[in-house]
Amino acid sequence: MGSHPSIDSHPNVDQWIEFVTDGRILLHTGKVDIGQRISTALALIAADEFDVDYERIDVKRTETDIDPNEGFTSGSMSMQHSGKAIRLASATAREFMLKLAAEKLDVDIKNLEVADGLIQSRETNVSITYWELMSDKEFNILVDEGVTVKSPDQYKFVGTRVLAKDMVNIMTGNLSYIHDMALTGMLHARLVRPPHYLATLKNLDDDLIAGLAKSNVSIVRDGSFVAVVAPDEYVATKAATQLAASAKWDLKDGLPTKELFSALTSNKRVSLPIAPGGAPVDKPVPPLGDLSEEASVSVSARFEKPYHMHGSIAPSAGCALFEKNKLTVWTHNQGVYPLRVAMAEALKMELDDIHVAFVPGSGCYGHNGADDAAYDAALVARAIPGKPILLKWTREDEHAWEPYGSAMVCELRASLDKDGRVVDWSHESYGDTHMGRPTPGRSGSPAEKLLSTHLQEKPLAWPIMPPTMGAHVGVHRNLEPLYNFPNPRLVKNLVRDLPLRVSALRTLGAFSNVSAIESFMDELAEAGNISPVEFRLNHLDNEKAIDVIRALDEKMVSEKAGTSNQVGAGIAFAQYKNSATYCAVGIEVEISDAAEVILHRAWIVADAGEVVDPDGLTAQLEGGLIQAASWTLLEQVTFDSGGITSRDWDSYPILRFNNIPKIETILMDRSGEPFLGAGEASSGPTGGAIINAIYNAIGLRLRRMPFNPDAIRSAAMN
Amino acid sequence: MSSLILHVNGATHEINVDSDTPLIFVLRNHLGLTGPKLGCGQEQCGACVVLVDGEATNSCVRAASEFRENKIITIEGLSKDGNLNSVQQAFIEEGAAQCGYCTSGIVVATTALFKQNAKPSREAVHAALHDHLCRCGSHRRILNAIERLISDGM
Repeated sequence: MGSHPSIDSHPNVDQWIEFVTDGRILLHTGKVDIGQRISTALALIAADEFDVDYERIDVKRTETDIDPNEGFTSGSMSMQHSGKAIRLASATAREFMLKLAAEKLDVDIKNLEVADGLIQSRETNVSITYWELMSDKEFNILVDEGVTVKSPDQYKFVGTRVLAKDMVNIMTGNLSYIHDMALTGMLHARLVRPPHYLATLKNLDDDLIAGLAKSNVSIVRDGSFVAVVAPDEYVATKAATQLAASAKWDLKDGLPTKELFSALTSNKRVSLPIAPGGAPVDKPVPPLGDLSEEASVSVSARFEKPYHMHGSIAPSAGCALFEKNKLTVWTHNQGVYPLRVAMAEALKMELDDIHVAFVPGSGCYGHNGADDAAYDAALVARAIPGKPILLKWTREDEHAWEPYGSAMVCELRASLDKDGRVVDWSHESYGDTHMGRPTPGRSGSPAEKLLSTHLQEKPLAWPIMPPTMGAHVGVHRNLEPLYNFPNPRLVKNLVRDLPLRVSALRTLGAFSNVSAIESFMDELAEAGNISPVEFRLNHLDNEKAIDVIRALDEKMVSEKAGTSNQVGAGIAFAQYKNSATYCAVGIEVEISDAAEVILHRAWIVADAGEVVDPDGLTAQLEGGLIQAASWTLLEQVTFDSGGITSRDWDSYPILRFNNIPKIETILMDRSGEPFLGAGEASSGPTGGAIINAIYNAIGLRLRRMPFNPDAIRSAAMN
Repeated sequence: MSSLILHVNGATHEINVDSDTPLIFVLRNHLGLTGPKLGCGQEQCGACVVLVDGEATNSCVRAASEFRENKIITIEGLSKDGNLNSVQQAFIEEGAAQCGYCTSGIVVATTALFKQNAKPSREAVHAALHDHLCRCGSHRRILNAIERLISDGM
């Protein structure tokens, strides 16, 4: 693999850039816009490289066969992948067109300049537009990775605040989501799901089915997969409810009910040490061992985080049409190409016979039910050929069946010498996989990552994922601290036989690891009688890390954070994956008489490398903070042997408008430097900062999330 | 199936539906107004909220037939000839949406709030938005947009 994976696999300019309509430029990308404004960022980059107005740039929604295959839109990699590819492809295309224009106009290329797509010579009055040059033409050239791109002082759009693509359509109700699709002859489908993962269908009520058939409702059944289909959406909804009420299930042994956090550290597991650089190595785990001889004080702590939901506001949906042995699927998932491979395997079809197109859904924050719903729609479409099927999960389907973010436990122990320097450090993390996406080439068949393959007549086995061995993947994302500690003992434990279906949720293991590390850093600072800021800086030599922490501290000091009565403030820091955005977060809280944690103010300082879309970047950082505050304070998936019991928004509360802090975000100016992924940067530091702020406010160090009033009260009583 | 007359976004529509069909399905599937979103179908998330005689009202549970006497306005009815209302403009200024799925209900609820009171208190704002869930974390920007509207005097 060369220096740039997206260009290596898609080396032609035409794979990225298309001059299709007069006055407009169409960008092709394999990264999908899930509300994170990647389209806006790509358009800004292209606008500058082409010297055209941002408004002239359109970004195509990804579909197989037409757009680049950039895998999943995940891991905060879109700017490094697509952003860089679009920049190089646009600059290459511009250079090509200038040469073409110089020939056509018979002028010296050095005298050409471009203003909003109009190429003109400074010497003469002749001019030509990009679109005149490119009408009915393709570039037929390779992306030049060495092409000269714009320097930051030439940017007109990059780094400025613009109206995000689709923002007006969102505000007027005109953005069309997958849920809004209305194809000719389309049928609506709803599911009847089992009570839990292991239950199987014994029987449905045949009389009811016969009655429903009279009102144009048909049933698609394949083992324990049951869908109800009707031309009218509400009729399908009602019929599914009736059918569910009459369905008889074999509940088998039910879900395992061993106490979750005890299961996490006592179940069978694969344990691997993490080497410098953040990747596991296939070696025995070194024993915890004795404390360093220089240790003057030692601290240990155990942090616990329950299962979290992605909790997309829209339940997942899929649309599919099976016609003449070809399948077309519309999906809001994060990777149309990987999904196509998984579906081809699951449906035993040829890849070429499946076309998958992205249509917006609601925010997903990782691997939610989108892939599963697409497959569900395909199963129904295959049973009813020739009719487009729009299949929507219900709220209950999404809450009960989405692949959750793994529950985790982090155990830390460290010692300080008499000067307050860390002399030993051990951090073990325990959790299930975070790798449940239907990814080709990863362990097992991607088909078995599609939920309904486990419900069909011939069910696939549930996947047992091997430990991922890359740096900062899964349980061990951000397990390696950025701080300088001598020979840290870092261990990843991939735990087996846990009860719930899990996969990638925003930050994977980093939320738990960073929350734990950053709370623990404050504990150590206190043990060493050093301020939390100084203690962190004493263990850092990374200038950018130091800069964001200092900037946060200055801001919070000037704003007198945490100085009023009953109010506490805390900070936390991480560089996401130790390679992406540097982010320091400060939070100020108050604990109310009702034992609620009230979020007063928050500050974010981020170094995301070159900032393309400052407003979008800020929105991502703020949104990550609010979501992580919600995880920290309120969220946990509950279940018993009968199945998931968090089946609606009452039983799975999330943060509401009455507890939203004032947020101020500072972005470091790093024009001309590489992009650093930012979509997941603020989450981990937010968890840590809240723990530290609560401690600062009331002297209680909470280590089992969520920190709801019950948790606060019980901690106060102990 | 029964015939039903509804007044939506200033027009009168005659629709044939089962009498228990919730309003949202009629708006979305019969009238093509897909701005209101189905998020939970349990009146818990607010994505489906429309104006009913000026009041922010969930449309996902109550039957359309309950609304035959009312004037219904959806998000599509808030802008006229491409001119956005002040709430929509303030939300755009603040970039107060990410995925946008919850936005329609929140814009409608905020419009209703300001119709009743040009200077709503903090508590009134929180009460108006309490039953609206957002998962992308656009809350701060939405509240900033509302504060901008209050200080601009709508």
